[in-house]
Amino acid sequence: MQVYLPIAEVSVNAFLLLGLGGLVGILSGMFGVGGGFLMTPLLFFIGIPPAVAVATEANQIVASSFSGVLAHLRRKTVDLRMGTVLLIGGLIGAALGVMVFNYLKSLGQVDLLVKLCYVVFLGIIGGLMFIESLNALRKSKSGAAPKRKKHTWIHKLPLKMRFRTSGLYISVIPPLLVGVAVGVLAAIMGVGGGFIMVPAMIYLLGMPTKVVIGTSLFQIIFVTAFTTLLHATTNYTVDVMLAVLLLVGGVIGAQIGAVLGAKLKAEQLRILLAIMVLAVCGKLALDLLLQPSELFSIGSGGH
Amino acid sequence: MRLLLVLLTLFALPLRAEEVVLGLSQDSVSISTNFDGSEILIYGAIKREAPIPDGDPLQVIIAVAGPSQALTVRRKERKFGIWVNTDAVEVDAAPSFYAIATSAPWDEVISDTEDLRHRVSIPRAIRSVGSEISNSQSFTDAVIRIRTKSEQYQLRESTVRLRQDTLFDTAIAMPANLTEGEYPTRIFLTRGGQVVSTFETEIDVRKVGLERWLYALSRQQPLLYGLMSLAIAIAAGWAASAAFRVLRSG
Repeated sequence: MQVYLPIAEVSVNAFLLLGLGGLVGILSGMFGVGGGFLMTPLLFFIGIPPAVAVATEANQIVASSFSGVLAHLRRKTVDLRMGTVLLIGGLIGAALGVMVFNYLKSLGQVDLLVKLCYVVFLGIIGGLMFIESLNALRKSKSGAAPKRKKHTWIHKLPLKMRFRTSGLYISVIPPLLVGVAVGVLAAIMGVGGGFIMVPAMIYLLGMPTKVVIGTSLFQIIFVTAFTTLLHATTNYTVDVMLAVLLLVGGVIGAQIGAVLGAKLKAEQLRILLAIMVLAVCGKLALDLLLQPSELFSIGSGGH
Repeated sequence: MRLLLVLLTLFALPLRAEEVVLGLSQDSVSISTNFDGSEILIYGAIKREAPIPDGDPLQVIIAVAGPSQALTVRRKERKFGIWVNTDAVEVDAAPSFYAIATSAPWDEVISDTEDLRHRVSIPRAIRSVGSEISNSQSFTDAVIRIRTKSEQYQLRESTVRLRQDTLFDTAIAMPANLTEGEYPTRIFLTRGGQVVSTFETEIDVRKVGLERWLYALSRQQPLLYGLMSLAIAIAAGWAASAAFRVLRSG
C-alpha cells in the first residue's frame, strides 16, 4: 500500500515504513537505545530527503522516549536535577545545531555534514563498544572484578552541585557541556543522542548505571521536542504522516525487543549492537569515499 | 506594435486550415493519501474547413509541463579523499515535470527553428542564463539526465497515435513525486517540421483532503503544526506505555 507523504512529497510503501519502525523498535527494545541513529540513515537509504528524515526522526524520538521515561519515573530511576542541568545545555546546543544546519543548507553542504557526523560518531561509538564488550566477555570468563570509580580532573572544577539521586557532588560545567554537545548532535543528526550521552554520563560524570537511561531519556524528550519545533518553524520539514507510521511500528517493536533482549546475555547484545553500528557506519563511509555514479545533484531554489 | 500583432493573430485564427479539438480523460489530478502516480489520457480531433492538404504528412506533438522552479545544481568533487559538493550553478527556471509525446521520430516532427521559437524540446524548456562557471552546459545536462532517470522528464517519440490524419490520442504517465500547480499542456500540429497550429490548455494538480490540510498547516501555521506533531508523539508514547502495562499485568 503506497502512502503519499505530504511534506516529503514522495510516495512510499506504508508496510515498509511500519516494518522499518518495527525493526528499529526491536533493536531499541533489545539494546536500550533510542534507535534514531539507525533510523535516520535507513530513511536516507529509502529515499526520504535528508532534511525531512532528520526533522521527522526528532519527532518520533519524542514519542519513544516519552513512552520509556514513564516506566523509569515509576521506578524512580530518573535524576531530575541532573536531567534539568543536561537539558539547559541541550536547549542551547539544539538552537546552535539548527543554526549550523540552516547555514550549511544554504551552502549545499548539509548532506555532507549529516553523513560525516554519522560516520565519525558511529565509527567511534561502534569501535569503542566492540572493544569494550570483547574485554568484558574475556573478563567475565576469567572472573576478574570490575574497576572502582576514581577521582579525575572533573571533580576539581568550580560551581559544584549535589545530585542526590545519582549520589554525586560535582561541578555543573561537565553536564552542561555534555548537554550542549548532545543538543547540537540532536539538531544536526536527527538523533536523541542517547548513544553519546549514556557513555558520557557513565564514564565522564561517573553516574550510577541504573539512573543513566532514565535521566538521558528525560533530557532527550525535551531536546528533541525543541528541535522538532525549530525544524517545523524554520525549515517546514517535519512530516507528521511519516512520523506516525514509524511510531506505530516502533512502539510494537520495542516491546518485542524487550522480551528478546531478556533472553540474551548483556555482553553478546553489546557486541551485536557494536557490529550493527559499524555496518551502518561503513555503508555511509563508502558513499563518501567511492566515486558516486552521479556527480551532480539538484537543490531547490536560487538566490 | 504588440497590440497590432495580437490583432493580426486574432484575425489569422479563423483562417487557419487545421485546428485542434481536445479532450482529456481528467483535467485535474488529485494527490491524496494513496496517490501513486497518475496516467492521463489525452485525445482529440483535428477540425478542418477544407480538404486535407497534400504534401508533408501531419504530425502531432503533445507537451505537458509542470510548474517551473529555480534550481541550484551542484557538482561533487573529490577533496581530502571524500566527495564534496563544490561548484554550483543556478538554473533560472526548470519545469518540475515535462513530458513530450510525438507521432513520429523527433527529427521528422519539428524543425530546429520551430523548436527554438516554441520552446518544445526538453533542453529548450529549461531557462538558464549563463554563469561564471565554465561549461555550465554540463549542469543543465545533469538536470535533464537526473530528471529523465526519475521519469520527471520524458521524451516519448512515436507514442501519439494518429488515425486518418484526424483523430489522435496518447497517454502521459505522471510519477508520484508531482509538484502542485497548473500544468500547461500544449498541442502542436506540424507539417514538414513547420508548426501549423497550436492549442493550449491546463491540467490542475492539487493535493486534496488530509494531504492538503497538513501541507497548508505546516506552511501557514508552522508553530501550531509543530505543536500538533509533538502532541501526537506524546499521546502515542503514553498510550503505548499504558497499553503494555495493562498487557503485562493482565
